[in-house]
Amino acid sequence: MIGPRERRHHLFEPWLREKFFLGLSLGQYLRVIATPLNLLAGLIVLAGFLILAKRFALGLAAITDASSVQPWGLLLGYGLFSGVPLAASGYIMASAVYLFGLKAYHPLVRMAVLAGFLGYFFAVVFLLIDLGRPWRLPYPMFVSFGPASVLFLVAWHVALYLSVQFIEFCPSIFEWLGAEKFRKWTVSLTVVATIGGVILSTLHQSALGALFLLAPGKLHPLWYSPFMPLFFFVSSIFAGISVVIFISLLAHRFSSARADPAVTATLNNLALGLAKASAIVMFTYLALKLLGVADGNHWDLLNTPFGYWFLVEVFIFVFLPGVLFVLGVYTSRVSLVWLTSLLTIVGVIVNRLNVSLIAFNWDLPQREMPRGEEFVIVISVLTLAVLTFRWIVNRMPVLPGHTGYKSRNSKPWGQL
Amino acid sequence: MKIDRRSFIKAAAAAGLLAVATPKVTFAGLAPDGSSDRLGMMTDFTRCVGCRRCEAACNTANNLPSPTEPFDDMSVFETERMPGPGAYTVVNRYRDPGTGAPVYRKVQCNHCLEPACVSACPVGAMVKSREGPVIYNEDVCIGCRYCIMSCPFYIPAYEYSEPFTPRVQKCFMCYSRVTKGVVPACAEACPMEAITFGERDQLIKLARQRITESPDKYVDHIYGEREAGGTGWIYISGVAFEYLGFPGRVQTTAYPELTRGFLSAVPLVLVLWPGLLAGFHAMSNSRDETIGTKADIPNGKEAQR
Repeated sequence: MIGPRERRHHLFEPWLREKFFLGLSLGQYLRVIATPLNLLAGLIVLAGFLILAKRFALGLAAITDASSVQPWGLLLGYGLFSGVPLAASGYIMASAVYLFGLKAYHPLVRMAVLAGFLGYFFAVVFLLIDLGRPWRLPYPMFVSFGPASVLFLVAWHVALYLSVQFIEFCPSIFEWLGAEKFRKWTVSLTVVATIGGVILSTLHQSALGALFLLAPGKLHPLWYSPFMPLFFFVSSIFAGISVVIFISLLAHRFSSARADPAVTATLNNLALGLAKASAIVMFTYLALKLLGVADGNHWDLLNTPFGYWFLVEVFIFVFLPGVLFVLGVYTSRVSLVWLTSLLTIVGVIVNRLNVSLIAFNWDLPQREMPRGEEFVIVISVLTLAVLTFRWIVNRMPVLPGHTGYKSRNSKPWGQL
Repeated sequence: MKIDRRSFIKAAAAAGLLAVATPKVTFAGLAPDGSSDRLGMMTDFTRCVGCRRCEAACNTANNLPSPTEPFDDMSVFETERMPGPGAYTVVNRYRDPGTGAPVYRKVQCNHCLEPACVSACPVGAMVKSREGPVIYNEDVCIGCRYCIMSCPFYIPAYEYSEPFTPRVQKCFMCYSRVTKGVVPACAEACPMEAITFGERDQLIKLARQRITESPDKYVDHIYGEREAGGTGWIYISGVAFEYLGFPGRVQTTAYPELTRGFLSAVPLVLVLWPGLLAGFHAMSNSRDETIGTKADIPNGKEAQR
């Protein structure tokens, strides 16, 4: 006879296998994941860890050229300033579905929330790598307050928002674990969590732009504007929408539900709808940027090298994708919409890098490219983020076509 | 009315908590009360001869590491230096554009009356002390370097080569000395009395007096009287300041003012958004009830049915 202790032991191993190893034994699982691509990804992540070790052995000077003149480099320029607007997918889709009642987009919410959660999580990872004393990250929350600082606001909001995003993702986790009571409880928190998430996002997306208000003499006048918080907030909206388009279509191409024509058709329609929304926001943003130039009366600066670069950022990376989105919707070409979403994402990164790195200290004589180590860390953390995303969607009900609301009736989820 | 009481109360409580939890934006350093006896320094560039004894005294008084070139090495003037983690102050040599004669300028933290760095610090590690000097608490600093990013004079330096205990380094106006009534090391060491220490208001008067008494000797401008909203360290010079490496584009209003507008909008969002968003949610719910598109979308109480 099997006693309760033995029964628990007998049940744990199959549970571990099913939840973590995709139903395979450990040996089989290891063999399945040992693909060349995974090996490459592993090497990239390892390179990142090695550079991190260098940082903790020799200080930040070993991996960056940070100075009194340029204290922030690519780690923050990409990791924090670009990563956070791209993680706006969570609050955008959650508010669209749960607050504005656009129920048709429900299949995309979980994936968007996951992308948002991971985006913020890894932005914090970048921050931990860049901070001089990363173990003191909780200090602005619990130890010592500097409430006159916009960065104080960012710290609080990112911490609170991570919690909110986690709560919004919990239904997926509890479905995965088969914990029905917990699932129901977290589902009941959805609306409140979504409202909290939108409030927090509005404030910290704009706060990241407000950070630069303190440096009018250092940021090029075409980018510096009292409207910077508004620019950052509005661009986070179309950044989030574009990320949803990009990831949903890409993930679907690799998922096992790609053969399901109903799911494909739904996704395509949703992508077109999102493209419409994104285009509207992008043209609004363009008008705002023009207002910014007018407000500063800097039209003459458009005829300078930095002026040309400003026009490139605004026309090639915002106006053009806006037009392409409209074209893609009008001709129902989802592939064009997908490519345009990628262009938009790149455009948001270009804008954030401009504000934090390229147009910052724009007229100082000695300017250097960020160190190679910074690029490696960026690619390494990005790889880790993609691997984490893949790990989760392979096991938890996240992707369209793989989600069920009741754990008993859910369809088997596919693998990427 | 389908936004049920429970979700509404939850939303209101969350918003209320958020609004209350936002600390009031008070900022100790900005209180202008008692500012008339705040301490300051003055450098008179017509008196400096570039002997660098101020650098040496600062190095000793603050237990800074020995420099690569000794303090009597004048070849350092060939490059324009900035203060760094091991050197709170440096002296640079510039040229009078008219005569070509050398002019020396001592560079260090200007101890602004309303410092950008103090408002920038998210943990309050940078403090405008009651006495006047801008000081630093290394026990709470997290190393975000926003203070460095915000300083219009590019002064604060960071110990990037320290893996575990990096600090922000800059002139602290010998705070431990001045609070005991002792003159800062550089002012004490200067053989030409180019550096004066005292109450800022008195120094402004002294500067004005020197300029008035010798109008041919001085440029009619006290640098720091209004720059950055007023600095604790002021300067008078025989050569126009733009030839002495001072950063251009320093505004005459206090830098913390620049973020005040945004920060004051924060509580407005915390109060407005919950109502707006809960309202939209309520409207979309009512519409679903009418049209019958409830489906099994999680929505508070309904999901439990």
